[in-house]
Parts: sequence; structure tokens; C-alpha cells
Amino acid sequence: MNNTIKFKIDGKEIVAEMGKTIVEAAKENGVYIPTLCNFPGVPPKGGCRMCTIKINGRFMTSCTTPAAAGMEIESDTAEINDLRKSIIELLFVSGNHFCPACEKSGNCELQALAYKYQMMVPKFPYSFPLKEVDASSPKIIKDQNRCVLCQRCMKTIKTEDGERYFAFENRGDKLEVILDPELGQKMTDEIAKLAMDNCPVGSIIQKEVGFVEPIGTRKYDKEPIGTDIDV
Amino acid sequence: MSKKIIATASLAGCFGCHMSILDIDERILDLVELVEFNKSPVDDIKKFTKRVDVGIIEGGCCNSENVENLKYFRENCDVLISLGECAIMGGLPALRNGIPIKECLEEAYCDGPTVGLNTEKIIPNDPELPMILDKVYPCHEVVKVDYYLPGCPPRADLIWDALVALLTGSEMDLPYEVIKFD
Ligand code: SF4
Ligand code: SF4
Ligand code: FES
Repeated sequence: MNNTIKFKIDGKEIVAEMGKTIVEAAKENGVYIPTLCNFPGVPPKGGCRMCTIKINGRFMTSCTTPAAAGMEIESDTAEINDLRKSIIELLFVSGNHFCPACEKSGNCELQALAYKYQMMVPKFPYSFPLKEVDASSPKIIKDQNRCVLCQRCMKTIKTEDGERYFAFENRGDKLEVILDPELGQKMTDEIAKLAMDNCPVGSIIQKEVGFVEPIGTRKYDKEPIGTDIDV
Repeated sequence: MSKKIIATASLAGCFGCHMSILDIDERILDLVELVEFNKSPVDDIKKFTKRVDVGIIEGGCCNSENVENLKYFRENCDVLISLGECAIMGGLPALRNGIPIKECLEEAYCDGPTVGLNTEKIIPNDPELPMILDKVYPCHEVVKVDYYLPGCPPRADLIWDALVALLTGSEMDLPYEVIKFD
């Protein structure tokens, strides 16, 4: 049975294996769709809405929707990019993002998205919420000021027995992703680095290695996020 | 063409944005051809002496004097630009924003590890001192701001390109590398 399907993104023909999500299929065909909470290898949750597209005229999240034959998808349009920019702006004002003092600056996906969509200033008022920094682990700092609650750390950072290092605490606007205090004490350097790398923002920072890359050589200093995917 | 008038101010900033203006290097000679400076720390003119085309604000508002100065700029400038992270979002001074002002002052003047000489634990209260605000405000939350140039400090090329575009009415080119928040 033929397992490939064809559909269109912004008029470009995409050929994909059946069962792939739109984000994956697009990527394999050299089309970048911005994502934030999505992480390769773990089930998508469709939480951040960064990957919003229009399928046959309806808004959907492309990280959770499987590609289907004949779909007509809009992605890189003024309307959708404006919506994505608003999501970025909301994330900036709902946390405390002091980029000049952040170790992740230059390598941060949220910041890179803000650059891509040319956010000069968020259109929403800043909320400056009071947030805690947990530095109790000898290996990492968990900074709630910068957490975007994407769950990437919760899903990908586990012990050999499958225990999660990170978990949700509280609800509603008090919701936070916290580090398990006991596991935090036993963390290895490898796990600490992986946790930092898998976090899209500067909410998980490995201790004693900050600001190693000079400005100009960091991941998003010279090229917009997605440049490696787009052809 | 008659020269355009520029004014600048440093509110709750570190003067780094002003330094970055100087980073335009030899283009400063072209700038002098293009503009005349009015109220600014650069020439130490304290009061506006004429209507200004472009006002450039560094720093957010952390005290009553910043607010007065910012309003004074808004009244006297046709176009107002927030230059740099502190003007745009409060910047590092706004790190205190989640903390009640009383706690901040007590830590700074009474309880902090370096306040040994202040044995009477006095929080500065001279009437001459501007009143500190409950938190640090981005400029556009106090007055209308027309343009934003991000960066800490904003790249000299961004400042230059924006000024030239604004003063000559030409299109502005925004290469990826110049818009940065650090
Ligand atoms: S996490 Fe990203 S957006 Fe937030 S302060 Fe750090 S660099 Fe800026
Ligand atoms: S710590 Fe980082 S990876 Fe974990 S939920 Fe927060 S932003 Fe996402
Ligand atoms: S990346 Fe699709 S919803 Fe977050």
C-alpha cells in the first residue's frame, strides 16, 4: 500500500509519510513552522500555540495534527505571523524576562522567536510577577521568572527508572514546574546539561558554566531560528 | 535643508545607551551635519529652548523626577523614542519590581551587609530627593512612545539607521543582527 500523502503549505507541495504531524512533515520538506513546547521524540501537547496554522481556513496546532492528503495549509502569512507574535509578547509580559542578565540569551528559543517576528516591545502591559529562584540543587538553578511551562523538562529528563526530575505544582496562575528536591540533590552533570539544553528558555541553568559563548557566536546571534530547516 | 533638532535624556539607565550613540564612530561627523542637539546630557542644556523633532529616552521611570522629565520630553518633542531595554521594559532596575518598596529600601539602607555606617538605620528622606516609585515603569506605560529601539545597549548601527531614516524620511532597513535584547 502506498504510504505517502501529498498536501500543500503556502502553495508548496509537501510529500510526507502517513501519520507524521504537520510540523514533522513540513520540516522534512524544508518548511519551518515555529514551535516552542513541541520537542522531537516525545508526544506533542499543543500547549503554547506557537505552531498555529490554518488548515482549509481553520486555525489548528501543527504539532498535534497529523498531516492528511489534500490539506491546504497557510502558515507564513501576515495574519498568522501576527498571531504568533502576540503569543510571544504574552509570554514576555507574563514572566520576568531580563534578557541582558540571562545566561540563555542568544541561545533562547523564546528570544529567538521574538527576533524572528521583530518584537520591538510587547503590546501588553508588563505584569512583573513575583517569582522564586530555586538554587538548592548543587547542579542547576531553576528560575521560575523565565519558565514558560512547556513541560519539555518534565517529559524528557528522567532517571534510569523513569522517575521525573521535574513536576507541576499548584494550579491556575500559581502553576509552576518545580525540581524534585531529592532528585535535584543527586543530579549528575550530564543530566544537568541535558535539562538546560532541553529547556527552550533560561529557566534551567547549569551551575558554574554561564556565559561561556561570547556574543556573536551564540546560536541565534547571526541567523533567525528555523534557518537550518527552511530551504 | 535646515537641521533637525534632537534631545536626549537618561532616566533610570546606566548611560550605556548614550555610550552606544557614540559608537557610531566617525559617522558622528555626518550626524552633526544632520542635527542640532537641544536638551541633553551631551551638551548639558537643562531646559528645552526650542521645539524638538526627535527625543531619545534611555532608562525607565524609577522615581518622580524621571516621570516629570519624561513628561517634559513628551510635551516638547514631536517624536519620542524609547532607546534600550530599560526604557522599553524597565531593564535591570526593574528586577526590584516584584518586591515591596519598603523591603527594598530596608535591605538597601538598614539590613544589607554593607550598611554598617548607617547605625541609626535612616532611609534617606531629604525633601530634595525625588520620591522613589512603587516599581520601575517602562516609558510607554507613562507617556505615549512612538518608536522602540531594543538592545542592552542597542547596536550603534541600529541607532544610526533609525535616526537617518527618521530624519530624512527614508525607508528603514532592519537586518537580523541589529535587533537584539542584550
Ligand atoms: S529566558 Fe530567553 S527571553 Fe527570557 S530572559 Fe532569558 S534570554 Fe530573555
Ligand atoms: S523549565 Fe524550561 S523546559 Fe521546563 S517547563 Fe519551564 S520552560 Fe519548559
Ligand atoms: S509547538 Fe505546537 S502548541 Fe506548542
